[in-house]
Amino acid sequence: MNSLWSVILATMVKDIRLEWRSKDALNSMLFFSLLVVVIFMFSFDPLAEESRHIVGGLVWVGFLFASVTSLNQTWARELRNQVLDAYRVSPAPANALFLAKALGNFIFVAVLEALMTPLFVIFYNVRVVGPAWQLLPIAILGTWALVVNGTFFAAMSLRTRSREIMLPLLLFPISIPAVVSMVAGTTAILTGEESAHFYTVLLLTYDVVFTTACLALFGMILHAE
Amino acid sequence: MKRIFPILSIFTVILLAYALYEALVVAPTDAQQGDVYRIIYYHVPSAWTAFLLFFINFIASIQYLANAKPATKAAVKWIVIAIGVGGVVACFLPPVQRMLPTGMRPSAVATTVLLIPIFYFLIGKFFPGERLDMLAVTSAEVGVVFCTIVLVTGPIWARPVWGIWWAPGDIRLTSTLVLWLIYVSYLMLRRFSSSAQTQMLAAALAVFGALDVPLVYFSIWFFRTQHPQPVIGGGGSMDPRMLHVLLISWMAFLCFAFLVCWSRFRLEVLQREIEESHAMESLGSGSAKASLPLSRSSR
Repeated sequence: MNSLWSVILATMVKDIRLEWRSKDALNSMLFFSLLVVVIFMFSFDPLAEESRHIVGGLVWVGFLFASVTSLNQTWARELRNQVLDAYRVSPAPANALFLAKALGNFIFVAVLEALMTPLFVIFYNVRVVGPAWQLLPIAILGTWALVVNGTFFAAMSLRTRSREIMLPLLLFPISIPAVVSMVAGTTAILTGEESAHFYTVLLLTYDVVFTTACLALFGMILHAE
Repeated sequence: MKRIFPILSIFTVILLAYALYEALVVAPTDAQQGDVYRIIYYHVPSAWTAFLLFFINFIASIQYLANAKPATKAAVKWIVIAIGVGGVVACFLPPVQRMLPTGMRPSAVATTVLLIPIFYFLIGKFFPGERLDMLAVTSAEVGVVFCTIVLVTGPIWARPVWGIWWAPGDIRLTSTLVLWLIYVSYLMLRRFSSSAQTQMLAAALAVFGALDVPLVYFSIWFFRTQHPQPVIGGGGSMDPRMLHVLLISWMAFLCFAFLVCWSRFRLEVLQREIEESHAMESLGSGSAKASLPLSRSSR
């Protein structure tokens, strides 16, 4: 158990340090989602009342698209210098590697969300009517839902031709229930018209089911060559 | 076996023609919808056939993954047996019976649950090794075709009856669409994947897709649904003559799907044989070339 955590921590710290020095993923994600915000702003031009109904969808669509750029780099980074092959032959458990990558991606996407949410609030004049603190569990569970499957499918699409295109093609259909819950939950809180409790529970179920499935199948995917 | 194929083809054509005649002429006209409703005899059998094929794909994929290691193979076998026994027993317990939707008979649910182990062991018996993967790709491809028929006939039917082409909040409509999307992405993965481990990756994706379906269902559950209640085992009601035609139509569609699957499966077998012989050939010629200078030098 101890070695599992030490492997997770070591890999995660390495990824964060790499990202801190290059800032490749974070910069591209931030600029990408900024573009999404601006394009949506020009195409909708909503009033405050309307924006409350649509901004939940816009925010999550922006984050979903932006996170794909980060997820694509997760494993591609390891292909250089045959790092992935080194992982394969190392005695470290495959799941530790997966959890480290997923947690690292979670941190990147969380930083993106923390920086971009104020921009959405400013551009769309959003004022929350419902209980705002409930947005936090939805954001955490929703981000994990995107990131856990994204990390898994990114590892899967490594083995395919044109892998950058393959990741969203695999990830988006499976993520539909999570995206529906995130968007509907966020809209429910912003408008204050209904309770977001159901969607939070659904997101939690989604996270538990797919985290278990990823951990059960990741060893197979990593060693498939 | 080869003689059965043309006989079955002729039988299927006759059955399809008979089903069409029954659907257009014999079946009574619906009191509310008029003749428009007759599209049900194509819409519903296609949907059932597509779901059955996706179910076969799921079972074959899980079995393919389980067969990778002897330990998981045994474990999954016992889990499937436990699901079968537990599901049948649970259907007759009073607290579970109260949870079933009204009109759904416990015996019907128990039979459906029992299909899981039956399919699992039948497929495992008749499709050993790589044939499991061939069955998975066959059922996914044919399933996507039938699912497309459902998604095309659905809006054609909905427009005159509901007044709209598409109801975004409808639970079965949307979950069928998501199911279709998942299986199209499955076929894309198979098409794009170049490594020798495509089968493993595709099987993993199929399991993910199957886990996703109930979640899709619940995520749309909150919206009010426009669809009629399920006809068989549900609370909806239907004229017995209509049901009779519907079942004949389903039988015709099942025969047709079976025929298509059969030829697709044979195609897949032949394709892999060709690939294998090509690989062996290039291996053979490569080793011949490599051995040539060696043999000369040895002289």
